[in-house]
Amino acid sequence: MHMNKIIKSLVALALVGGVLTAGPAGAAEGTRAPKQSWSFNGLFGTFDRAAAQRGFQVYKEVCAGCHSMNLLSYRHLSQLGFNEEEVKAIAATVEVKDGPDSDGEMFDRPGLPADRFVSPFANANAAAASNNGKVPPDLSLMTKARIGGADYVYGLLTGYEDAPSGVEVPDGGSYNKYFSGQIIAMAPPLSDEAVEYTDGTKPTLAQHAKDITTFLAWAAEPEMEARKRMGIKVLLFLLVLTGMLYAVKRKVWEDLH
Amino acid sequence: MDTNNMHPVMKWVEHRLPVFSFLDHSLGTQYPTPKNLNYWWNFGSLAGLVLVIMIVSGIVLAMHYTAHVDYAFNSVERIMRDVNYGWLIRYIHMNGGSMFFIAVYIHMFRGLYFGSYQAPRELLWIIGVFILLAMMATAFMGYVLPWGQMSFWGATVITNLFSAIPLVGDSIVTLLWGGFSVDNPTLNRFFSLHFLLPFVIVGLVVVHIWALHVHGSNNPTGIDVKSEQDTVGFHPYFTVKDFFGMGVFMIFYMFFVFYAPNFFGEPDNYIPANPLVTPPHIVPEWYFLPYYAILRAFTGDFFVYQIVSLGGLLMDAKLAGVLAMFASILLLLFMPWLDGSKVRSCSFRPIMAMAFWIFFLDCLVLGYIGGKPAEGIYITIGQFATFYYFAHLLVIVPLVSRLERPKQLPDSINASVLKAAE
Repeated sequence: MHMNKIIKSLVALALVGGVLTAGPAGAAEGTRAPKQSWSFNGLFGTFDRAAAQRGFQVYKEVCAGCHSMNLLSYRHLSQLGFNEEEVKAIAATVEVKDGPDSDGEMFDRPGLPADRFVSPFANANAAAASNNGKVPPDLSLMTKARIGGADYVYGLLTGYEDAPSGVEVPDGGSYNKYFSGQIIAMAPPLSDEAVEYTDGTKPTLAQHAKDITTFLAWAAEPEMEARKRMGIKVLLFLLVLTGMLYAVKRKVWEDLH
Repeated sequence: MDTNNMHPVMKWVEHRLPVFSFLDHSLGTQYPTPKNLNYWWNFGSLAGLVLVIMIVSGIVLAMHYTAHVDYAFNSVERIMRDVNYGWLIRYIHMNGGSMFFIAVYIHMFRGLYFGSYQAPRELLWIIGVFILLAMMATAFMGYVLPWGQMSFWGATVITNLFSAIPLVGDSIVTLLWGGFSVDNPTLNRFFSLHFLLPFVIVGLVVVHIWALHVHGSNNPTGIDVKSEQDTVGFHPYFTVKDFFGMGVFMIFYMFFVFYAPNFFGEPDNYIPANPLVTPPHIVPEWYFLPYYAILRAFTGDFFVYQIVSLGGLLMDAKLAGVLAMFASILLLLFMPWLDGSKVRSCSFRPIMAMAFWIFFLDCLVLGYIGGKPAEGIYITIGQFATFYYFAHLLVIVPLVSRLERPKQLPDSINASVLKAAE
């Protein structure tokens, strides 16, 4: 009878576990992008700084033409290993509208590290008007905002192919096997040698996609490294504490058993 | 309480406000507790722990959050990026919601299995159901606050349910919205209520524990405490056991906070709310999925709907679904009377125990279906599982509890403990 109970409890827990894992993932659709091995995976994962820096270059030279990253400031880039001077230099390459000044006039000035990433378009309507009526989404949270996360973003960037026969691709659209519905308004943004790297890395499409995805993963979860580092300490602490509590519990209950 | 050995300061306080003897009678050596409680009895204190964590983390979040449709999403991201340890506080709060429901659902299933709702603990159980309802309202409104896509569309779908109520439905929806669509007034009142309701829950929990302390905890045998041999003082036996349980639970909880903080969430909620773009699948948080499945099971051709609406005469399928969804929880209020057995614990009611586990499985199936699109085989399974949910509560429990002959009960709690130790 006692054994029976234990088995039942285990079955119940397994079932709960099963539903928990099956439940929230319920809204999947289309082809799942294959899993990649990322530097930021796992309990001890960190962002590959070199890849993320190259990724920022890809963003700046390719993506930033259409996609904003509203939640980031130039000062955040120091987390990727850029030093203070480099961050200032990067910020200074953009023009920021500021004001009003003491005469009530708006004026342009070079960017500062505290400025948010400058958006390519003045507003959503302007963005839509330049992009076939579709607003290119902000990329700040992209790897968190799509099912499949970084794997999906990488899959999407490398998933362009010729449409299978019988599939009509409308003007201005492209066929992408990982995009929901397969017809995507974004033309293939990357190709081999789309960006010229300065560190000697071979500029292949796959490399570009990997780098920009690493950069976007950092942009979406800049706290991830601190979180995982703290997590180890917290879990180790809790394991020891719980072990000691169990010993105390055993001791207290000893005279009853 | 023996005041002679007290520290003079404690003695001074005790003489004017007997707080120490109160504690001793509530959680101390003077609160007799059945000594055979198993680990399923840990989940009440665990739920209490999560409630405290939620209130503390929530108050800190409220210091940084901006309840305005233009700023809400970005203010949450500011918490994540710029507030010191904001990400930690927010992930504790976000996952705490799921942990709260995990603890409370296990707590409730434990009550169902061991008959904890039976006399004389009916009110204790009923107050518990009200706590669940308050939690659901709180969680729903909390999920709206980040103002992501799922926040907005979840709010739209759920508030629209009230429009199914005849005559006054549309007025109720307008009242909930504070306008003619989910918009800034909706967000503001949800924030206000999301801040208020947890304190209502605290109040209900106080009454819940008050009612608990009148007759003490039920126990795995379900039989009453007969002598002092059956019990031990709550302190130190159950304080230490509860603390150990909290340790295990915190390991589980913190794993999600630090290593899978968005596991229970929907990626769509990291897209800012957009009233012009509907997400392909609008799904509620996992803890609402069974009710969502019941709601969606009611289509025009569902045989249960055909019966309860007299072939569609009484109400449309939408109203039937809404009523069924609320009934699925409100029916639990009547458990003490639906169950007519003289014996509490399913350990001595093998048929009822089997019915319990099938019901448990049925709830899991409903949860699974609630997360799937309403199409094809999912509809059929969802409708059958919905039918079974109500059949269990309204037919199986009343009949089995009255017809089944329970097994021989042990003479006392103490006797059952001694027998198990053999």
